[in-house]
Amino acid sequence: MTRCAYPLMFEKSKPGRRAYDLPALDVPAQKNLLPQALRSAANPNLPELSEVDVVRHFVGLSRRNYGVDNGFYPLGSCTMKYNPKIDEEVGVLFAQLHPLADADCIGGAVDLMLHLQEALCEVSGFDAFTLQPAAGAHGEYTGLTLIKAYHDHRGDTARNVIIVPDAAHGTNPASAALAGFKIREILSAPDGGVDLDALRAAMGPDVAGFMLTNPNTLGLFDKNIAQITQIVHDGGGLCYYDGANFNAIMGVVRPGDMGFDVMHINLHKTFSTPHGGGGPGSGPVGCTKALIPFLPTPQVVREGEHGRLDYDRPLSVGKVKAFFGNFSIIARAYAYILSLGGEGLKEASENAVLNANYIFHHLKGTYGIAHDRICMHECILTPGELEEYGVHTSDIAKALIDFGYHPPTIYFPLIVHEAMMIEPCESESRETLDAFITAMKEIAALAKADPERMHKMPLTTPVGRPDEVAAARNPIVKYEWQ
Amino acid sequence: MKSYVPNTVHERQEMLQSIGLKTMDDLYADVPQTMKLSAPLQLPAGKSEQEVRRIFQSLLKNTCVSMPIFRGAGAYNHYIPSVVPQLASRNELYTAYTPYQTEMSQGMLQAIFEYQSLICELTGMDAANASVYDGAHACSETMVAMKFAKRKDKVLYSAALHPDYIATLKTYARFLRIELVEVPLLGDGRTDIGQIAALGADAAGMLAASPNFYGVLEDMAGLSEAVHGFGGLFGAVVNPLSLGAVKRPSEYGADFALGDAQPLGMPLNFGGPYLGFVTTHTKLVRNLSGRIVGQTTDDEGNRVYCLTLSAREQHIRREKASSNICSNQCLCVLMSSIYMATMGPAGMAEVAEQNLQKAHYLAQAIAALPNAKLRYADTPFFNEFVVDTGKNAAAVNEGLKQRGIMGGLPLSRFDATDTKGMLWCATEMNTREEMDAAVAALKEVLA
Repeated sequence: MTRCAYPLMFEKSKPGRRAYDLPALDVPAQKNLLPQALRSAANPNLPELSEVDVVRHFVGLSRRNYGVDNGFYPLGSCTMKYNPKIDEEVGVLFAQLHPLADADCIGGAVDLMLHLQEALCEVSGFDAFTLQPAAGAHGEYTGLTLIKAYHDHRGDTARNVIIVPDAAHGTNPASAALAGFKIREILSAPDGGVDLDALRAAMGPDVAGFMLTNPNTLGLFDKNIAQITQIVHDGGGLCYYDGANFNAIMGVVRPGDMGFDVMHINLHKTFSTPHGGGGPGSGPVGCTKALIPFLPTPQVVREGEHGRLDYDRPLSVGKVKAFFGNFSIIARAYAYILSLGGEGLKEASENAVLNANYIFHHLKGTYGIAHDRICMHECILTPGELEEYGVHTSDIAKALIDFGYHPPTIYFPLIVHEAMMIEPCESESRETLDAFITAMKEIAALAKADPERMHKMPLTTPVGRPDEVAAARNPIVKYEWQ
Repeated sequence: MKSYVPNTVHERQEMLQSIGLKTMDDLYADVPQTMKLSAPLQLPAGKSEQEVRRIFQSLLKNTCVSMPIFRGAGAYNHYIPSVVPQLASRNELYTAYTPYQTEMSQGMLQAIFEYQSLICELTGMDAANASVYDGAHACSETMVAMKFAKRKDKVLYSAALHPDYIATLKTYARFLRIELVEVPLLGDGRTDIGQIAALGADAAGMLAASPNFYGVLEDMAGLSEAVHGFGGLFGAVVNPLSLGAVKRPSEYGADFALGDAQPLGMPLNFGGPYLGFVTTHTKLVRNLSGRIVGQTTDDEGNRVYCLTLSAREQHIRREKASSNICSNQCLCVLMSSIYMATMGPAGMAEVAEQNLQKAHYLAQAIAALPNAKLRYADTPFFNEFVVDTGKNAAAVNEGLKQRGIMGGLPLSRFDATDTKGMLWCATEMNTREEMDAAVAALKEVLA
């Protein structure tokens, strides 16, 4: 591909062009409805484009992008599974429903929320869910406020520390800080699991809770999970389950049964709503009975056959966003659960794990590995001996682009040197996995034969590697009209 | 039952064998046996596409989605040009994730850069983030940004912010131990600027909305001056659609211009997903939360867009990050960009003008009824206004609904003591015929 920049819509602007089309004003036009002091001096300086200009522009942009519908996207921890099209069609059916419509006008939407909450309870083993949080990190934040509110309500107000393993997603400590906690980080055991002694040592009367992803960020299920939650509970803390990796275990084991007290689920991961280029997502939070009084307002509760919005919640942490959550995402996730049923959810998880192990097994002789164990829904590889040729994880990622794949998550988890975190998902066929494995082997061979060529990759993309240092040093974050 | 697993049972078995395992259960050897589910999940059996559609259609029947809407209050019914949903559905953008891999994500990166540019043109500010969850969250993130920028733990807010925004602010403030101080309103529906100097001592800044929750256009220049008077940062919460007519935040010296861009191309969707935006001036760009896209070059000198200033973010800074945001509302960013590109400068001006004209037409017609009056008759407004009637607003609302009209929001929904007020809204979607019918219905109900 010839490399070239793509013109900005501003650069395509021609004076007088227009794409909009409003009916003529059908009421008598009145002058001076706005006092001059409140009226803007000039129209906003937006580009002037025709409708065809707009369409060609965005279609052109789309051709410089890559999604799951284009091909394999094994971005670890992000669960880039196929997004079913039926979910898109039914997800927009409530587009015209106003969030402040009267109670007798919203029954179907509230019932949908109730049904999804109840399904999530069953899949996770918790007693209640709120659908209000808009994303995974927002769910973490919400869940942590529940933990704080719970302790405070019991008069246990000195608990202001959250323990986080060093292998955790960056959002965990960031969410805990935003919820007003101090963070106590513990080192992981050599196998990436929780170091029980380190956890015991970190416990104390100031500990409010412990955040854990299980399967952890190395893609491994922590065998000691019963002891872990026991240690935290014995010390008076609560256990937070980061549901980022929930796609591994549906229908097999439930966070509620592992001893966790609160969790979030990323509907845009496990329940297959589209990632939209970085959202909107949805991060429902589930909890045990003891935490229900603190859930955000309003809470959808069951009343006979139907759901009802309950605003009378004196102990609630309040609201974490306006209205009720990212409803059209919630609706898509409900359609996904309806389609698959309990059996289908388990089938999804099992095949996600099978696909990850298939890749791991067939590449572990070619690349370095952190742990030679059966993995869950994702596996970690490293460049291994390729580093001796001066080839790093970033080079392998860029080479994969030239082979037509979206690279895995790279340099995470932080505790594995030069990590590549590969999450294939259940929606990939064996031939896709085989082709990827072949590409990875070819890349390893190329790394040894011609490492210099690797450093120049990708060669097939519209642009080459960016100068990120310059971007951060002199930030240009908007277009300036010439 | 629908399955999105392409491999047949036979292929799965072959794959298991190739890695030395026999059954799917072998994959879960690390899970303690006693902890595993002993029975299948108690969920209904999987359904076909047609069955799923039927379930959704039956849920939809139990909603009212066909009445003319005269209600806003933070969620606005505007026309969405056909190009918006069609282009936003392009699979390459729609089914991508955060553009971590710059070279193969130029489309979304440039789309975000263009959004940042467009929303900055609209607000007059220098920099924008690539979105937060919604208007309420934009307020909370801005409150936190003010706290860190000024190293002060007190923030003021106008009593006329949206009640859900205030509730969300209170949650974030409680756990971060920020002292939130409410600035009350004057009788004309505007924030009492006179109290700001006294309340603002030791405060990091203030958030105020215009149009405010009651539809009133505030004296933002006066508010901005008063906040700067105590050395604080001024966060202007604005309806971006109003900025085709109303003064831009840069014109009155706002430090942050923020809000919900749902009016720019997003359907009502029962409250979400919407689009929280936060813009600021160059000095404060490093205090913004979330993703930011910047321009740079590749090794051949081609213009390239990439995520930048990521040293603020959770995946680098962990607990010291400026916020915990990871997934945001990127697809809504795309929708608003397509909307703004379609409307252009003239379209934004015209749609704002039509909202202004229609809302005033409706307000005047309602105010002419014998038992109704505008609560803030002498204060300028954009597309929303409060009407007081002699009757209980909830009862008036029922009467309108029986006549097929979704009338203004009874304010008792948010304040039980406000039994008489209704917050009406008119947009370019409301035809004159529809408005005349609503006024006639209201006349009957009030008679």
